[in-house]
Amino acid sequence: MPDTFLDATELVLNMGPQHPSTHGVLRVILKLDGEKVLGAECVIGYLHRGVEKIGENRTWAQFAPYVDRTDYVAAVSNGLGYCLAVEKLLNLEAPPRAQVTRVILTELQRIASHLVWLGTHALDIGAQTPLFYCFREREPIMNIFEKYCGARLTTHAFRIGGLQYDLYDGFEQDVRAVCDMLPAKVNDYEQLLTANRIWVGRTKGVGILTAEDCKQYGVTGPMLRASGVKWDLRKAQPYSGYEQYDFEIPTGENGDTFDRYMVRIQEMRQSVRILKQAVDRIPDGPITAKVPKVLRPPVGEAYVSIEAPKGELGYFVVSDGGTQPYRVRIRPPSFINLQALDRMARGSLVADVVAIIGTIDIVLGEVDR
Amino acid sequence: MATTPWEDELTRSLKEQFGEAINEFSIYLGQPFLVARLEAVIPILEYLKLEADFDYLVDVTAVDYPQRAERFDLVYILYSFARNQRIRVKTRIAEGYEPATAVNVHLTANWLEREVFDMFGIRFVGHPDMRRILLPEDWHGHPLRKDHPITRVDERWVKENLGIDSAQ
Repeated sequence: MPDTFLDATELVLNMGPQHPSTHGVLRVILKLDGEKVLGAECVIGYLHRGVEKIGENRTWAQFAPYVDRTDYVAAVSNGLGYCLAVEKLLNLEAPPRAQVTRVILTELQRIASHLVWLGTHALDIGAQTPLFYCFREREPIMNIFEKYCGARLTTHAFRIGGLQYDLYDGFEQDVRAVCDMLPAKVNDYEQLLTANRIWVGRTKGVGILTAEDCKQYGVTGPMLRASGVKWDLRKAQPYSGYEQYDFEIPTGENGDTFDRYMVRIQEMRQSVRILKQAVDRIPDGPITAKVPKVLRPPVGEAYVSIEAPKGELGYFVVSDGGTQPYRVRIRPPSFINLQALDRMARGSLVADVVAIIGTIDIVLGEVDR
Repeated sequence: MATTPWEDELTRSLKEQFGEAINEFSIYLGQPFLVARLEAVIPILEYLKLEADFDYLVDVTAVDYPQRAERFDLVYILYSFARNQRIRVKTRIAEGYEPATAVNVHLTANWLEREVFDMFGIRFVGHPDMRRILLPEDWHGHPLRKDHPITRVDERWVKENLGIDSAQ
């Protein structure tokens, strides 16, 4: 046989780091046999800023704004996790008014994060319209953040021990307006996509992860639930008073891209349900616990995690009794979920890789920290 | 809050199984953890997974205490869906010592251990792909070590790859 290029059966293809469907700077090295993916390797770290090292060189309170910049489309959730972890070390709890406010803002953030995911994921697969709709609906949520704390993206909404700012006049009204507006819009997205033949063709049976795979890879969040595991930290180990709210954990059956889409769509509806309950019961009272000006948590360590929009977001914090963290470890859901990419992509087509990266819902700021 | 001893059915079975290899069972702030000898860690993870349903390895990380003889704490955070319980397995290792990998027990340990290697310079024996993960592969230095100043960068790498004298 002549030794020509045409005989080559395996091809190595670089996807990224500058590629529109990688949602940032992710490089994926694909090994292909024609259109078929034989394996995928992720090269990450392009956005590494050494957040954990910075944490060791700031005071406990000073580090709080930095965590917003890991998962920057869900900054409020990051802040909540960090505040809860430091509060755990200090052995204190935010007052009820702060807790309900935290629930409202993090649920709004969950919706906003899922909207960004849905818009970009649909765009990757070829549906342009949802992007504009999703960003339109995200706008009132961003406006609430802006009115509450002055920032839209990296909000630094919470403080250790509670809140910095009390609610503004008309906050409840704004949240209710989002709750009234959103369900009909989610129905619209579903009308565009759920029964759409192209959408179904591109997502059903693509990137399957079984429940067993998820546990092996430590995959959490909507991805785990789409594989049929009814597990959500808000129910399993409630924090910030989540046990007081009535909501369901949506699950899927097949663990494919379509089921993950359905799970996230339903999660938006459940978040609205939580928001409606929370906004009716914002108690009066202080917005922050008695916290000393300079924080010196006693020597010790704690791990606290929350159900962030992307999965289990954990903070392992170690104190040596000083004013600065001795160690802050961020357990990022995006980083760990991304590890399953190779498993999901094997045997699929190149075009499916785009759908699979989208369905993991990664934010590279959190992957690389 | 003080550290209190951790005693229940699980610690009894672990004591029976591993005896002297586990030095401490404690609870701090309501969070149980155990401190084990280094060589027992992987068998403990395996036992916990197969016999006690701790089937989800949440995180692997390290903490550096340079003044100690065994300078690193290696921390494995585990969760059990069946018990809805979270525990930590900790061990201490000295500089240069290479612990065994947990990849054969939990696949997720792959990237987590690579990150520990990248940030602390702890190599895991038997790991299928022991390379850096966040920093460039030919970078020098392990930034989360306490003797690594926050402003230090690998000047040689920066010069060779970016063509500038300093990244500062």
